[in-house]
Amino acid sequence: MSNRPRTTEKIIDKHHADKSELIQILLEVQEENRWLPGDALHRVSRKLGVPLSQVYHIATFYKAFSLIPQGRNSVSVCLGTACHVRGAPRLMDKVTDVLGIRPGETSTDRKFTLSTVNCLGCCAMGPVLVVNGEYYSNPSAKEIKQAVTACK
Amino acid sequence: MKKGTSVTLTIDGKEVNARAGMTILEAARKAGIYIPTLCHNDKLEPYGACRICTVEISRNNKTRLVTACVYPVEDGLNVKTDTAAVKKIRQTLLELMLASSPSKTIEEMARGYGITKSRFEAERTNCILCGQCVRYCNEVKGANAIGFVGRGTERRVVFFPEIASTVCASCRECFSLCPTGKLPAETDGVSFTDLTLEDFLGAGQPGV
Amino acid sequence: MVKFKSSADLTQKRREILAQREGKRYIAINASGTCGLSSGSDKVSRAFSAEIEKQGLSGRVEVRATGCLGFCENSPVVIIFPEEICYVKVKPEDVPEVIAETIIGGKLVERLLYRGEGGKRIAREGDIPFYKHQSRIVFGNNRSIDPRSIDDYIAQGGYAALGKALLEMSPEGVLETVKKANLRGRGGGGFPAGVKWETTRNAPGKKKYVIVNADEGDPGAYMDRSLLEGNPHSVIEGLIIGAYAIGSHEGYVYVRQEYPLAVENLSIALNQARRYGLLGRNILGSGFSFDVTIHRGAGAFVSGESSALMNAIEGRVGEPRPKYIRTAVSGVRERPSNLNNVETWANVPLIIDRGADWFSGIGTKGSKGTKIFSLVGKVNNTGLVEVPMGMTLRQIIFDIGGGIKQGRKFKAVQTGGPSGGVLPEGLLDLPVDFDQLAAAGSMMGSGGMIVMDEDSCMVDVARYFLDFLSGESCGKCVPCREGIRQMLRILNRICEGKGKEGDIDLLEELSAVVRDSSLCALGQTAPNPVLSTIKYFRDEYEAHIQKKRCPAGACKSLISYYILPEKCQACQICARECSVGAISGGKNLVHVIDQDKCTKCGTCIEVCPAKFDAVVKLSGEPVPPAPPPGTEVTRSKGKKR
Repeated sequence: MSNRPRTTEKIIDKHHADKSELIQILLEVQEENRWLPGDALHRVSRKLGVPLSQVYHIATFYKAFSLIPQGRNSVSVCLGTACHVRGAPRLMDKVTDVLGIRPGETSTDRKFTLSTVNCLGCCAMGPVLVVNGEYYSNPSAKEIKQAVTACK
Repeated sequence: MKKGTSVTLTIDGKEVNARAGMTILEAARKAGIYIPTLCHNDKLEPYGACRICTVEISRNNKTRLVTACVYPVEDGLNVKTDTAAVKKIRQTLLELMLASSPSKTIEEMARGYGITKSRFEAERTNCILCGQCVRYCNEVKGANAIGFVGRGTERRVVFFPEIASTVCASCRECFSLCPTGKLPAETDGVSFTDLTLEDFLGAGQPGV
Repeated sequence: MVKFKSSADLTQKRREILAQREGKRYIAINASGTCGLSSGSDKVSRAFSAEIEKQGLSGRVEVRATGCLGFCENSPVVIIFPEEICYVKVKPEDVPEVIAETIIGGKLVERLLYRGEGGKRIAREGDIPFYKHQSRIVFGNNRSIDPRSIDDYIAQGGYAALGKALLEMSPEGVLETVKKANLRGRGGGGFPAGVKWETTRNAPGKKKYVIVNADEGDPGAYMDRSLLEGNPHSVIEGLIIGAYAIGSHEGYVYVRQEYPLAVENLSIALNQARRYGLLGRNILGSGFSFDVTIHRGAGAFVSGESSALMNAIEGRVGEPRPKYIRTAVSGVRERPSNLNNVETWANVPLIIDRGADWFSGIGTKGSKGTKIFSLVGKVNNTGLVEVPMGMTLRQIIFDIGGGIKQGRKFKAVQTGGPSGGVLPEGLLDLPVDFDQLAAAGSMMGSGGMIVMDEDSCMVDVARYFLDFLSGESCGKCVPCREGIRQMLRILNRICEGKGKEGDIDLLEELSAVVRDSSLCALGQTAPNPVLSTIKYFRDEYEAHIQKKRCPAGACKSLISYYILPEKCQACQICARECSVGAISGGKNLVHVIDQDKCTKCGTCIEVCPAKFDAVVKLSGEPVPPAPPPGTEVTRSKGKKR
């Protein structure tokens, strides 16, 4: 996955290279690339006049950012309190069994990234699994396998 | 209150004259009263991370526990630097620090509060994250060769080799600031030109 | 869209919109909110639009894709106006019948009506117990608004309060009204909003900021999200009124990154407001100028703390500042900054419109107005509910919530999120009120109300919250970072059956230090879930530690599954479904679980047919020895295979 210098430049320019917009800029770079490439971070540091150390602190502080390329397909399990009470840990066990990776990890073939999320706000469906924006309510191991197999 | 205005407060029963804009710690030191600190450095902005300088303050019958390094002096403030509650906090904080960083400075301070060993276990990082190195390099040197990454228990201090390789060898001023001695122990002699940031960040995903 | 140059322009526009809608009816469907979308409401909405066109009803019947309607357990929810007929769990294939029978034929589709107690079908939304007992003065407006249509908001009186404030009241007058109403912060702190506004107004400095805290990090709470997605203008209007009172011309809405739809709907709303001149220069010809910037979070609970949030707005790491100088005096870029929660701001237009006395006439002595709660967990009617302060927990959980799912027994309700505590059965008659909840060892918090039953382990609840907080701590200060780490270790040990005598005391000891010396409210309130579960459920802690028993049967390390030999009928389902092959047994033979292989996933107890009921969960007692291999099942009388 390569950095796209022109796009990072455009993002920085859109925000007028304003220091206050650092987090907003990084969010867009992350969304564009599915990770934060090192050269993008250097570019942001230079153009905004913000120390590289501050950029890296922010890049490693927030869950939205990743310093390694994320998988093509995003799988997340809600660990909000309501889902927890309705059995989210068990759902997580089933999902990790099927995917073979643990929360926070990306599969070696970069096909999947498994993450956790705290409250999607559909507690009535809990426990909830989301695969590329599709919501599944208390899926069985079979349903999880189906959803995952359908991913490219 | 306008900065510089005269302020009178009481610290451990002693009347202390200070100026608005000063912190309790500054006022105490001026009056020769000792309050322990670990993350404080006169050359740097107060940070409030170690919490060791916690003191008890009261005013109008309201008592609070605050950190002396950051709390601004107020007229009529009554400060107690060594109550049972304060001692308990310091003991526990030192015990917690001993678990990850049983260095000479921490052990000595702990012994002063009657703590000789820790009931707790933690990964031996030898870093209490006081931030003096990071802050000094940022505020005094303006080099930013060293910084924080990660969040929570993943939080740690890393060097940025591309900057460190050009400035650190001739500087090393942060070494003497480090309360655990980790910085000089692990950095002295390291050639940053051979390292990349990934060497510090590790193979995994920091902060997640 | 032409800019309003005066209050009269706005009133005129409202008349025009209402005239245009005269005689038309609309169908509300919760398709503009995340929860609705996740249950397929958008498909139902599209089906309605298609069917309306097919039947030639366009122009007379309109579909309105609203935000959350609160009745989440029954989503997709459809409300037909003006009769207010409520259909629940509607599917796209139901739509033609609804149009034919109800819209055209004027009859009800019985099977889509909500079924109340005794199986009785209830037609009107307002008669459904879930809605009947609520006071939806803030949230109820979601029913008549498509969040992407400012005209919907204007049609139902929106921005009239703004006109009144800017053109008929002075900034001080607005401030006094909000103070008199005694509106307390809805984000968790419960601090009087009017007092905070006043501090900000009086703080030295010309440039001031007003901020909406839409970071809503408490897991299980989604009220703010639903307000922002479903009725963003209510928040915008409140913010402009507050800015006027305080003397601020720049506002921020800090929205958590996990809420992309809220960001989208809010952006659309802001742009529409600007086009009408309700934001920008010289609003409604009043001379007052104000505009808003959206600032997204990036996934950190701690950044919802007010000083951390302000650091994030400055582009710095969202870590809290040691807070001895209030942010109302020195906040963003050291300027006076007034931060309030989404729901707090949404209450402001109502207070200006109907007056402080009206508002303070609702609720209790110390807690005025209403509160929106996310009533979730083991409750039947999961959803968002808005009740007057002072309603009891029992009324909310049982009258509105419909009681505990699957007929289980109520055990506790958790409020206040990771900063709050649990309240046991004995406190069910506690009125919902800032001070009363705090006195009982919990807190109102942002509104998460998690209902738990006999299968929920209270030690696990404490462990869950500490686990959450340990991942969210910024890590700057020692007591929070290291204290929570050690408390979590102890709780993990207890849940794993390795609890020791003295663990409870150590938890209490650490709790005091973490509470008293942490830099910010995350650390300061982190011990609350631990302390409150110890206070009300100490016996559960003791059972885990002394007897290695989990009374709720939840902690995996302390439970064992066992097949009762006398009940097993060798249907073989459990053996087939066991994902680790831990169950042995064949045709006619008693099945046995190999305890060493068992992963405690609970599949066997789930799949064992109810008529056999042969699998039990044991805790704190040894698993009985397995029957000798080759033991045949005991058939029930007269049923030889």
